[in-house]
Amino acid sequence: MKRKAAGRNAKKAPPRAASRSGARPKNRAARGRIVLMVGTRKGAWLFHSDAERRRWTIDGPHFLGHIVNHLTLDPRDGSTMLMASKTGHLGPTIFRSADMGRTWTEASRPPAFPKAAEGQSAEGKRALAVDYTFSLAPAHPREPRAWYATTSPPGLFRSEDAGVTWEQVAGWNEHPNYWKWNNPDAGTPDGAILQWMTIDPRDPTHMYIVTSSGGVFESNDKAESWRPLNKNVEANFMPGPSPEFGQDTHCLQMHPAAPDRLYQQSHCGIYRLDRPDDEWVRIGRNMPPEIGDIGFPIVLHPRDPDSAWVFPMDGTTVWPRTSPGGRPAVYRTRDAGASWERQDRGLPREQAWMTVKRQGFTADGRDPLGLYFGTTCGELWTSGDEGRRWRQIATHLPEIYSVEAATVA
Amino acid sequence: MRVLIPSQLRSYTHGAAEIAGAGTTLEELTRNLDAEFPGIRFRIIDEQDRIRRHIRIFVNGEQANTLAAALAPGDEVQIVGALTGG
Repeated sequence: MKRKAAGRNAKKAPPRAASRSGARPKNRAARGRIVLMVGTRKGAWLFHSDAERRRWTIDGPHFLGHIVNHLTLDPRDGSTMLMASKTGHLGPTIFRSADMGRTWTEASRPPAFPKAAEGQSAEGKRALAVDYTFSLAPAHPREPRAWYATTSPPGLFRSEDAGVTWEQVAGWNEHPNYWKWNNPDAGTPDGAILQWMTIDPRDPTHMYIVTSSGGVFESNDKAESWRPLNKNVEANFMPGPSPEFGQDTHCLQMHPAAPDRLYQQSHCGIYRLDRPDDEWVRIGRNMPPEIGDIGFPIVLHPRDPDSAWVFPMDGTTVWPRTSPGGRPAVYRTRDAGASWERQDRGLPREQAWMTVKRQGFTADGRDPLGLYFGTTCGELWTSGDEGRRWRQIATHLPEIYSVEAATVA
Repeated sequence: MRVLIPSQLRSYTHGAAEIAGAGTTLEELTRNLDAEFPGIRFRIIDEQDRIRRHIRIFVNGEQANTLAAALAPGDEVQIVGALTGG
């Protein structure tokens, strides 16, 4: 049953976001089968659907026992799959597949910081080493073989050859404010992370990144220089209501058809920003108070800039980070955050203490939109009707770190 | 010299648990291993030339803590996956 939640700001609906052409995008939903790419603490799995997304077949494990933070398929060529992996003993690397995971080859030069100069540590700058690659992102379509990787400690890396070799992006990793913006002792239990990067589809030189100990940063010169973009975003673990930087942005999404619209799920709420404004609006204030607006992921509707989904978690008391009250639900807005509706049909009614991590919730491009989330308990859930009904398609997987969906021929 | 390979790294050595290596230091040995088994070095040595946190390297039964450790042709080098995980 859907229950609509209208908060105290519900009447202040924002203007509907326009697409790049100034009109709402036409429905060009892709057809075909879906492949879900699931990264877990103990390996990777692929789930293949039929054309109706009703039946799913499981393919895996791939790299059993490896810590797979992320794997994703390049939408530009439909065949290059990259996977970020490490193990409990072994250092981080990238694996590549061109045949939908049947065979894999390792990057010849995985993301790595440069060797530190003599005396660097004496300047208070630690000699950084990549602990793990957190996310992989294809670069702009005009750069068809280029990719970006984000890491812990917070690092940005770029490949020009479809993931075979990687070089650091010095504009971020060696930024004069790097050590000011990236407190290596802050961040997540898994260390400080550069969690996300996204590129403006209109302009490959315009991009955003987010970190777990700095918040959102923007570049207009292809990552050569950066500035914080955190105005009005709370950081209740720091002095003052909203510092210039230091926020913990869990997930940032730029709308693909209306790139001036940004949404973020932060450690301290759900926000929207319509550029060129630079002050975020806490749209999570319109969530039901008993649910709150704390969570990890946020997912956008690719054809409706006013629609987004979140998976709230309990951010009260000692921060259990589980479904509030043990009753999991997805919440959807259709009006850019002015109001939210609960979507829990098919999900457990009680005693289900789910957590969905930053990269654990995604959408496909179909119409109606398919939604998918994986939990830290190893459950994989799908909805083929934009969240109205949910169905579990896997359980007993290892802790799920990431879920990506792609349409395949 | 004999180099003993732990299970975690045998995907690089085509399943071999023991291989022949060469080098006058651990630095040289790991560089040579990487030339023969591409990628193996970065899994056990980070970009700052530190032995990774959950890797141990023993030379003739003595733990080596830096890549500067000297080696001789008859030495036995054992790479070990240390206690970790869960």
